[in-house]
Amino acid sequence: MLRDITLGQYYQAESVIHRLDPRVKLAATMLFIISLFVFHGATGYLVAAAFLAVVIKLSKVPFRYMVKGMKAILFLLLITVVFNLFLTPGDPLFSIWKLTITKQGVRTAVFLAIRLSFLIIGSSIMTLTTTPNQLTDGLERMLKPLNRVKVPVHEIAMMMSIALRFIPILMEETDKIMKAQIARGADFESGNLIKKAKSLVPLLVPLFISAFRRANDLAMAMEARCYRGGEHRTKMKPLHYHKRDVVAYFCIAAYLVIGVLAERLAGMVFVL
Amino acid sequence: MGIIKVKDLIFEYIRRDEEGNVEGITTAVDDVNLDIRQGDFVSILGHNGSGKSTLAKHFNAILYPTEGTVWIDGRDTQQGEYVWDIRQTAGMVFQNPDNQIIGQIVEEDVGFGPENMGVPTKEIWERVEESLKAVGMYEYRKHSPNKLSGGQKQRVSIAGVIAMHPKCIVLDEPTAMLDPKGRKEVIRAVRALNEVENITVVLITHYMEEVIYSDRVYVMDKGHVTLQGTPREVFAQVDRLKELRLDVPQVTLLAHELKKEGIPIPDGILTKEELREALDVYRQNFA
Repeated sequence: MLRDITLGQYYQAESVIHRLDPRVKLAATMLFIISLFVFHGATGYLVAAAFLAVVIKLSKVPFRYMVKGMKAILFLLLITVVFNLFLTPGDPLFSIWKLTITKQGVRTAVFLAIRLSFLIIGSSIMTLTTTPNQLTDGLERMLKPLNRVKVPVHEIAMMMSIALRFIPILMEETDKIMKAQIARGADFESGNLIKKAKSLVPLLVPLFISAFRRANDLAMAMEARCYRGGEHRTKMKPLHYHKRDVVAYFCIAAYLVIGVLAERLAGMVFVL
Repeated sequence: MGIIKVKDLIFEYIRRDEEGNVEGITTAVDDVNLDIRQGDFVSILGHNGSGKSTLAKHFNAILYPTEGTVWIDGRDTQQGEYVWDIRQTAGMVFQNPDNQIIGQIVEEDVGFGPENMGVPTKEIWERVEESLKAVGMYEYRKHSPNKLSGGQKQRVSIAGVIAMHPKCIVLDEPTAMLDPKGRKEVIRAVRALNEVENITVVLITHYMEEVIYSDRVYVMDKGHVTLQGTPREVFAQVDRLKELRLDVPQVTLLAHELKKEGIPIPDGILTKEELREALDVYRQNFA
């Protein structure tokens, strides 16, 4: 049951988006998120929607996969929408009992819903089309300048990839310990929340001990294979920009320009 | 001087109780002398706590001698400047395959060692390919290590060491966590490396069956080397091995028992074929 949980939900497919350099995808996602907060009219969101639609089409990842990711935050989305709907002051549209829905409230709620769902779909395109390894590689390269201010970028990236490698192993281990404890009469299911939390102790203690033992072993194995930090290290799969990556950078820039211009234009039309 | 030379090695560690007070000093390795030649297949046998793993960790400069000296390819392990050369010369494979695979894809894990050594990208790929082929795991290069069997994982670990082009591989109980099938796979791969690539192999184990192919066997007990010689010489001393709580291969044991019953069979029978031959000779002569 625990093994069914997938992390870094990569979707294998052959597409332009999959083949892009992870740095491009990271930068594009950041810019896209920023753009969502810069735009504040329907026109801007139309441009964003069109951009998103094109990218989804190009990525060859089925749309329902992205919607799946939305389900997890549906509740959060609902709460923010409801709060904005009822608690924004302004011109009242109609009221039920003590709650008043305002014109401005409807507007913010709708825009917020669009913003959040675009944000999640946008970032899930990145995780769906990039392997966790590429992601850490990309992060390491992008954050390299921070090395100069003594941020251990290589070490952070190494930690991330080791964590990703050990997630399935530790999941399996949890499963094993759980079964072993159940066989000895442990009960993880019944009781209230506090009782359930307490019943996790016999699960967590052995899990932690084994994790530390593994960490110790791994550190020794890495040293035995001449690991000595990021210096003097070469890469088996170095990141190189290709033509398509440059094109992608231009596309995202074009998207930003078009979005801003469209908003300006719409604003002028509205004034006229 | 051989590829690995150990002179008067003593390794002590301090035991502490839960509060960190010194309880006593344990001598894990006590006055060991070894000289292993390039290209040899050497086995070190011993039951748990005999000091065999502690000894192995000295070959890779993970542990340093309390007294005595260890030279790897003529370099003293205690001289800090040689650490990386030594680790590259004597690669090490550990017991638990899950805890020594770093990459999330087989080929990336094999490339980890060469990456650390600063090998150029193109050569890394060549080394990864040749090492994976040497252990017969090339078709799995794009797989996730989590999906492999124990024997396959351990072969990937061995490939990861070979990719560093070592002169010597030290395997610290590489088969202890594997099923019989996986054990065979790993031993076959190790033997092939020894015979084809002429890599020196130091195999640390407590499975007797794995030892019979080696050129030389050392048996350790309480930190000492108590028996040494060719497998045949060592297995001829069945009673001594039993005293050391080591299991003798079944065929050797059977031959030993037959001999005790008065059937003239040579000492140190190692394989079924040898026993059959000896019995055939006996039948022709006496029956």
